[in-house]
Amino acid sequence: MNLLTIAWKSIRQRRLASSLTALSIGLGVMLMVLVLVIFGAVDSAFNQTSVGYDLIVGPKGSDLQLVLSAVYRMQPPIENLPYLFLEQMQKDPRVVSAVPLAFGDVTKEGSFPIVGTTTQYFENEYMPRRKFRIRGSRINGLFDTIIGSEVARENGWDLGSQFTIVHGGADSGHVHDEKFTVVAVLAPTGTANDRTVFLPLDGFYAIAGHGKPVKEIEKRLRDFYAADPERLAAALKQLEGVKAEEAAGSHDHHNHAHATPDAMKEISAILIKTDPDKPYLGVSLMSDLQTGYQAMAANPVRTIQRLMNGLIGNIQKALVALTAIIILVSGVGIFVSIYNSMSDRRREIGIMRALGAQRMHVFGIILAESALLCIGGGLLGWLTGHGIAVVASPWIVTQTGLLINPWALNVWEAVLFPVLVGLAVLVGFLPAMTAYRTNVADALSS
Amino acid sequence: MSLLLESIRKSYREPGGRRLPVLGIERFEMKQGEQVALLGSSGGGKTTLLNIISGILTPDSGRVVVDGRDVAAMQEVVRDHFRAAKIGIVFQTFNLLPAFTALENVLLGMSFSGKGVDKTFAKQLLERVGLGHRLNHSPQQMSVGEQQRVAVARSLANKPVLLLADEPTANVDPANQQLILDLIRDTCRDHNVTLLMVTHSLEVAGTFKRVEKLQDFNRPELCLQEKAA
Ligand SMILES: Nc1ncnc2c1ncn2[C@@H]1O[C@H](COP(=O)(O)OP(=O)(O)OP(=O)(O)O)[C@@H](O)[C@H]1O
Ligand SMILES: [Mg+2]
Repeated sequence: MNLLTIAWKSIRQRRLASSLTALSIGLGVMLMVLVLVIFGAVDSAFNQTSVGYDLIVGPKGSDLQLVLSAVYRMQPPIENLPYLFLEQMQKDPRVVSAVPLAFGDVTKEGSFPIVGTTTQYFENEYMPRRKFRIRGSRINGLFDTIIGSEVARENGWDLGSQFTIVHGGADSGHVHDEKFTVVAVLAPTGTANDRTVFLPLDGFYAIAGHGKPVKEIEKRLRDFYAADPERLAAALKQLEGVKAEEAAGSHDHHNHAHATPDAMKEISAILIKTDPDKPYLGVSLMSDLQTGYQAMAANPVRTIQRLMNGLIGNIQKALVALTAIIILVSGVGIFVSIYNSMSDRRREIGIMRALGAQRMHVFGIILAESALLCIGGGLLGWLTGHGIAVVASPWIVTQTGLLINPWALNVWEAVLFPVLVGLAVLVGFLPAMTAYRTNVADALSS
Repeated sequence: MSLLLESIRKSYREPGGRRLPVLGIERFEMKQGEQVALLGSSGGGKTTLLNIISGILTPDSGRVVVDGRDVAAMQEVVRDHFRAAKIGIVFQTFNLLPAFTALENVLLGMSFSGKGVDKTFAKQLLERVGLGHRLNHSPQQMSVGEQQRVAVARSLANKPVLLLADEPTANVDPANQQLILDLIRDTCRDHNVTLLMVTHSLEVAGTFKRVEKLQDFNRPELCLQEKAA
């Protein structure tokens, strides 16, 4: 029989204490694995491969808020940009593709964000090398919508479903009268698109209450184009017709959208693709915007990474530290359990030595015991953790849209097992030393 | 010659710092295959002597030659290994490890000599002591007498040249007593193993051809004389 077998027998001899201590280590490891898997999913949802655009252009303000609202649809928009600015971006030679987004409303049912955009949005890749797959027909009417897979699933909507929306976030409670129709459904993407309702930009403007008084628009345009009098003049010129109309008092809320000049329209953000071979173009565009207009461009990758490294990274670190403490405390449990058993086992150690076992043998047996408990418990917890991730991942995807890779290995896990071995040595050393030092003659006479 | 003790001195250090002389043996020898019953008063040093012969304890001075090699002069690891390979031991009680079955306890007796375990031989030994049908029973499931028979089987597991038994039947019921004694003596005879058995029972000792009283050849005071000299 080798030392490991002998160690295993004495672990089995103390079944209850052994399984409890191994279980506690396993629990710690399992929690750590789950924390890592979940944060791994959060990380990959927010990392660079998750956004198909290089820059997000929006009104001056917080770049984090801009990215969270434009890419992750987590925040209401702060301010808006003139629609005219989109045309300017589209004409910019540094821009390969510029797609407008207008948002702020949510569905009455399920509170999914409503985003006005153009067909370009669905032609572009939503992630590097990933294109939308769409089931249904093309958008024809103003209130035809394309819905994300989660919207369809949660609300039980499909092609032909009709619904209403609420203005400015679900809690404002102002329900619009317009009836919207689902004409297409997106295949799951694992992104915020799954939880979004898309409608054509013109449809968005046609929703009652989205137009602003011409006076206010004029003020906004003057602010925005303060440094660009040429464009300002062109924009203000467009407003003259509307002003005249308003003065004539023929204001018809429902029909004026068709006639609305572009200068009256606003968008919330512009998604920009630049030439991937010329990254410096994006940088120069960014700095131009910073100085010229009341706008800014945010690099979604860098913004989100800042968030990840800051808040979320720290939460992850704290949780990992917490699970590490659980593992450590479990290690102390194993220490106490083995150490307490040593006085009962003095005689057994004496017998083994009398049978010819060397000091190093009995030392090794005790160390092997703590190793079996630490590493065995750890392995069990590791498998359980990933097992839970496997079982729960479909549910998590449907609940949060987070794509879980249950077997994704984290660097932390790579150090986990060396750490467990270290813990086993640390925890087993003192009892093993007791075994090593056992006075055989005394132990046998006790 | 199987066992030779020469000029053995052994004293224990007592808590007060004084030394308690226990053994002072000028010469003691046993031939290969010989069986000796060792009598002696309680506290006389019998267990100490067996521990010195098996190398569990070292004498303060003197030679302990087993199978031609001086156990007392060996390094500890060598001594441990030598004990694993050449010497069998049976104690008075609690010989077995509770976590192991009868068979595993016997296999354990083969585990530290580096010769590898021989399961067939272990089973044969247990059959020999009449426990062939209880190989997988744990010590707790056996009577003291049965446990002692397993211990006898284990002490022979490594085909030792010398078997040391310290009152092996003192805690066993009379029926098992005779059985165990016969087992030890017969198997030792069959395998030409030298046997040194400590006993308190004159009745048991009476069945041996050679009986030694420790006090007849042990003069602990020799420890003190040499110290003074
Ligand atoms: N570790 C020790 N430290 C100090 N004194 C000891 C130690 N071990 C034994 N002694 C003493 O040495 C003497 C011999 O002890 P030993 O156990 O060898 O006697 P024994 O002949 O086997 O006795 P018994 O027949 O009762 O088993 C006793 O007086 C005992 O108290
Ligand atoms: Mg004794």
